[in-house]
Amino acid sequence: MRTLRLLAIGWKFHFKMIMRSAFDGVGQVIYPLFFATVAFFVFQAGDSPRTLLYASLGSAVMGMWSATSTTAGSAMQRERWQGTLEALVATPTNFALILLPVTIAMATIGIYSLVATLLWGRFLFGIHLTLVHPLMFVLSIPATVLTFGALGFLFAVCFVRFRAAWALGNMFEYPVWLICGFLVPLTFFPDWVRPISWVLAPTWGMNAIRESSLGGSPLPDLLMCFALGTAYIALGFLVMERLLRSARERAALSLT
Amino acid sequence: MNSVRLFFVGGLTSYRALFYWLSPTIYIPSLIVAPIFQILLFAYIGRSAGLESDVFYVTGNAIQYAAIPCLFAMSQTVSGERFQNTLSAILVSPAKRFPLFVGRALPVMGNAFFVSAFSFAAGCIILGVSLPAGSIPGLAVVILIAAFSCTGLGLTNAAISLRVRENAVLSNVIFGFLLIFTGANVPISELPGWMQDVSHVIPLTHAIQAARDLAAGEPFSHVTGLLATELGIGIAYLAGGLVLLRVFEWQGRKHATLEQL
Repeated sequence: MRTLRLLAIGWKFHFKMIMRSAFDGVGQVIYPLFFATVAFFVFQAGDSPRTLLYASLGSAVMGMWSATSTTAGSAMQRERWQGTLEALVATPTNFALILLPVTIAMATIGIYSLVATLLWGRFLFGIHLTLVHPLMFVLSIPATVLTFGALGFLFAVCFVRFRAAWALGNMFEYPVWLICGFLVPLTFFPDWVRPISWVLAPTWGMNAIRESSLGGSPLPDLLMCFALGTAYIALGFLVMERLLRSARERAALSLT
Repeated sequence: MNSVRLFFVGGLTSYRALFYWLSPTIYIPSLIVAPIFQILLFAYIGRSAGLESDVFYVTGNAIQYAAIPCLFAMSQTVSGERFQNTLSAILVSPAKRFPLFVGRALPVMGNAFFVSAFSFAAGCIILGVSLPAGSIPGLAVVILIAAFSCTGLGLTNAAISLRVRENAVLSNVIFGFLLIFTGANVPISELPGWMQDVSHVIPLTHAIQAARDLAAGEPFSHVTGLLATELGIGIAYLAGGLVLLRVFEWQGRKHATLEQL
């Protein structure tokens, strides 16, 4: 119960804090709209059978990832700059439980981006959102947010020893957009790319949202989201434990 | 003589200060890897949507990505000084503003040229795009002019940074604006009329078109008009940026808002 309370309060606190930041709050909502607009124009002008709704859903999820990747990379760095990292690590609570709600709060901002992109498509390009499985669509969004948050958590943990963690997080924005099938079906990529896509939860989150909307069977995709999200969190806890022990032994937590 | 010294020494010092924090751990992910993935992203979106060839997206995105180093590095010339508490010391000095700020723009332009040319070459290699051998010197000139005109826009962005606190958000917004309006990924003819009008008065549009013409095998003489227009747009933005710097500097002094964070 205490753990759930910690996660809930941490999420609420960081969500409110991110919303006050022009870069993380406003910027991360507006920025993906530019990419969405380009995608709408490209699909509108192209001769592909894929519809504008296909592009709209893909662009919307791109925004969700955008809200997570850069900021998750710098989650630890921000605590370091603010001088609170050591204090947080020293608390009796497992540090991973403090970090996890931070990245989930970042991914939650992505819902704003998702809604903004769908509305942008609706009012500027006349793209109507149709939902073949409305209930599954409603379930797919929080599931995707949680798995994005879990992947962001793993990134944040893995980048803890890098000073320029934000740049690494930023670097992963385009590759995930590209290989997770947001706007390009996986069949377009070389065979060796597909296994990489399969271990990235955004691939399944995107599938779940798209199949809920356009038709298909989103349940297996949701289950994959759940399985991969759990795996990311478990891996993040393990890596965090080792990294913090190493940082304590070397007195290298602050990277000064 | 003092202005020449300020232009070169001041520019070099600013460049070194910029690259003090723009270390390889930041430079490689942001300015080497990211543009390549931007090219791949849009090339594959183009394949998925059935619009245009790979060479269209390589030329468009490699040149458009020059905007990142230009916009962010130029805005740093103001916001970086503000962050270090040295902005008022610089603006109180009697130094002429033209060599002071344009000197800082020179290394930025060189860096933008490198980023753009590197991503162009990498994009061609990865996607298997072959260009006529004779077009390469012409393409280098196009990229250089694109870097210049975008640095002009960067100087305007730097001037606005005297008044706008969130210059990273502003730079991202301008970058996104260029992504749509320059025709980097969508043929200009496919944009609505008012957007086509805007695209003709912003940097990079004409350079991208010139690069595409050269890549298609047109002779350099065919694109000189486009390059002259691009150069003119760059000069206009550079001049506009210098004027805005003066105006906002004066306003900053008047309202005591230079150091406001």
